[in-house]
Amino acid sequence: MTFKNVAHLFRIAAAFAIGFTIFLVVRSLLVPKSFGQYGHYRGAALNEIASRPVSYAGHEVCETCHADVLDVKKQGRHARVACESCHGPLAAHTQDPASVVPAKLDTAKLCVRCHEANHSKPMDFPQVHSAEHSAGLPCNTCHQPHSPRIEAEAKTK
Amino acid sequence: MNLTRRQLLILLPAAAAAWEHVMAGTPENAPNYKSAEHWWGMLVDITKCIGCGSCVRACQLENHVPDGYFRTWVERYVVQDWGFERVHVDSPDGGKNGFPDLGGDAKSFFVPKLCNHCADSPCTQVCPVGATFVSPDGVVLVDPKYCLGCRYCVQACPYGCRFINPGTNTVDKCNLCYHRITKDLTTACCEVCPTGARQLADLKDPADPVHEFLKTHSVQVLKPHLATGAKAFYNGLDGSVR
Amino acid sequence: MPVEGFMYPNEIELQWSVLIVLYPFLTGLVAGAFILASLERVFLVEAVKPTYRLALLTALAFLLVAPLPLQLHLGHPERSFEMYLTPHRSSAMAMFGFVYLWYLMAVLVLEIWLDYRKDIVLMMQASSGVKKWIYKAMTLGSTNISPEALRVDSRAGWIITLIGIPSAFLLHGYVGFIFGSVKANPWWSTPLMPVVFLFSAMVSGIAAVLLLYMFVTKYRGLNIDMRCVDTIARYLFYTFLIDFSLEMLDLIHRIYEADESFRSLDFMVHTRLYLSQVVIQIVAGTVIPILLLALTQVFNLNPNTRKRIYGLAGSLTLIGIFAMRWNVVIGGQLFSKSFLGYTTYKVALVAREGLLTSIFLMVLPLGILWVLVKLLPPWTEKDEAGVSTATPA
Repeated sequence: MTFKNVAHLFRIAAAFAIGFTIFLVVRSLLVPKSFGQYGHYRGAALNEIASRPVSYAGHEVCETCHADVLDVKKQGRHARVACESCHGPLAAHTQDPASVVPAKLDTAKLCVRCHEANHSKPMDFPQVHSAEHSAGLPCNTCHQPHSPRIEAEAKTK
Repeated sequence: MNLTRRQLLILLPAAAAAWEHVMAGTPENAPNYKSAEHWWGMLVDITKCIGCGSCVRACQLENHVPDGYFRTWVERYVVQDWGFERVHVDSPDGGKNGFPDLGGDAKSFFVPKLCNHCADSPCTQVCPVGATFVSPDGVVLVDPKYCLGCRYCVQACPYGCRFINPGTNTVDKCNLCYHRITKDLTTACCEVCPTGARQLADLKDPADPVHEFLKTHSVQVLKPHLATGAKAFYNGLDGSVR
Repeated sequence: MPVEGFMYPNEIELQWSVLIVLYPFLTGLVAGAFILASLERVFLVEAVKPTYRLALLTALAFLLVAPLPLQLHLGHPERSFEMYLTPHRSSAMAMFGFVYLWYLMAVLVLEIWLDYRKDIVLMMQASSGVKKWIYKAMTLGSTNISPEALRVDSRAGWIITLIGIPSAFLLHGYVGFIFGSVKANPWWSTPLMPVVFLFSAMVSGIAAVLLLYMFVTKYRGLNIDMRCVDTIARYLFYTFLIDFSLEMLDLIHRIYEADESFRSLDFMVHTRLYLSQVVIQIVAGTVIPILLLALTQVFNLNPNTRKRIYGLAGSLTLIGIFAMRWNVVIGGQLFSKSFLGYTTYKVALVAREGLLTSIFLMVLPLGILWVLVKLLPPWTEKDEAGVSTATPA
């Protein structure tokens, strides 16, 4: 077996080697720089995801300006209900309190989301059949939303 | 609430300062957040969930989740006596607007579902390129710039928490509000939950109340036989829950 | 009503469409065609020699088209090269990219080149214009076709085929593993999946080459070599028996163990999957072809009858194996992972992942094969010396 008769095999081997080299070069150019930094992923993704804008400010920020409401709320049954739970996402409001004003809430629609009676809800959770309970009146006719328990009623129970 | 201009002049800078404090926690802005100090999970208390759907709505608003897809959702179970096969489950629009009353006296309860941020996650195992991964602090994240949309991870997730975002054609799912928890905030769903049925848990923080809770309650994870290392712990989970 | 019972909200829409059904079907044909070709080369089953080159070209044509359904399915096809740049070693899909590349370049292309090299040089010398340049490029500049060089080619080709057989097993077994390793899906998760995929691939590939050979020979107005097709049919029959046994084993095992998922899957097979699984895959696509082939093995039938049976059995086989891929891929997504509900899948007609696209992708390999056959004819005049050009049989 002379070299002349296997030369063509070397040619194809060379073609493969060239192809592989080109692949390695292209790879070094295209793989993102932060890839593999912390694991098999683009390390920069962590910061990109963490830097996304926030829509809900979180109740701690509300307390900075609205301490008076907090004083009422923390004594009542809604002490652990976060402000934005009812008032919606308000990070925009904290950044520009004067221009971004939260909408006034309609208690006729808001409160029943949690308090409408439902057999699937835990039995110890306060719930009512709103049609019978309030005869169509909005809930804040009788209840103060930040501290909803009616003390006179409570004493008779 | 009525503020005088004078009160506003005092409070505005205070608000700005408070906001700065919140923003200062970003990995980019300040080295306050060190991922090695955290190992995130969530505690879900079935006994407290009232199926109000606040979490589903808040998540959608916080994370711009497209309609018809869910990063988190609530299921309702109605269990007839002892037959786990005779269980009725529904999740109207993911529970986003609550649930209609079904009446009756069968055992019934709500189960919030979300990504379990598995420590041995089967979804990150199958990603062909490394577009989804477990972060150093235990959150399973998706890199939308690298994902090819092959959907292998969606198939591999036993909990059905992944979907393809039609806007970006990449995979999307609950990322434990990573942009919030790295800034000392809690997740949007935990923030708005009125009964505290959902609570963010930092398993590496010795002061986190989850440790005391786990010591004193019987908790389970979903589909334990698949050994996913799920980190969403359910208190009061019934055997009928899938 | 699209959803019956309860499904997790994100599960209602199917993730993998008919294109993902097409992909294992196409790669299966590749593996099967190649293994048929290797019968002659390595196991010296001389009877199937007339189909050797045709089988290789068929394998190449289908392998070239195989990535297309995947590309069309991706959310970001322009990022698909990431699988080669940063493959995730724990992902079966990523590793498959390399298995595919290895098989295409180091096995199929190399083997075809080595087998055709002499003809390429001769055709280069005999042609002109663009065709001459094409052949010249294919020679890689070497025109040595001395007997010694050809012996080297033959030896090298034999080694490549030898490596090629486990490579072909790996190619399609891997596709089976992509499904079989997903623990979240009990319809897919079984160690039998790679084996079932492999044997059904062999069945489909052998049937495809059988049909193509019969069709092409008739088209060229020549007599079909009965010894050849009888041998191919025999191998098809044996492989089919193994494939059927494996699928029945999976079924019996499921029914017997009746685990958590069984009730839900059983219901699915009896309702939404009944037509494609029981009627098309099992009865029409497996049992009937096996019985037809058994007839030719047991009884002494005349050549015309045998050819008709082979044609019918081969066609039913291909339909049945396609149905099998459908039942695995689509079936695995029709039921909820809560085991409490089912969804539906409707193939769009004109869409990126629709019916017309699928039909196009199934016909395209035949078009490519036609070009390959023109460029690299599987038969030379010398081969035809012993075959008469009588009227078509």
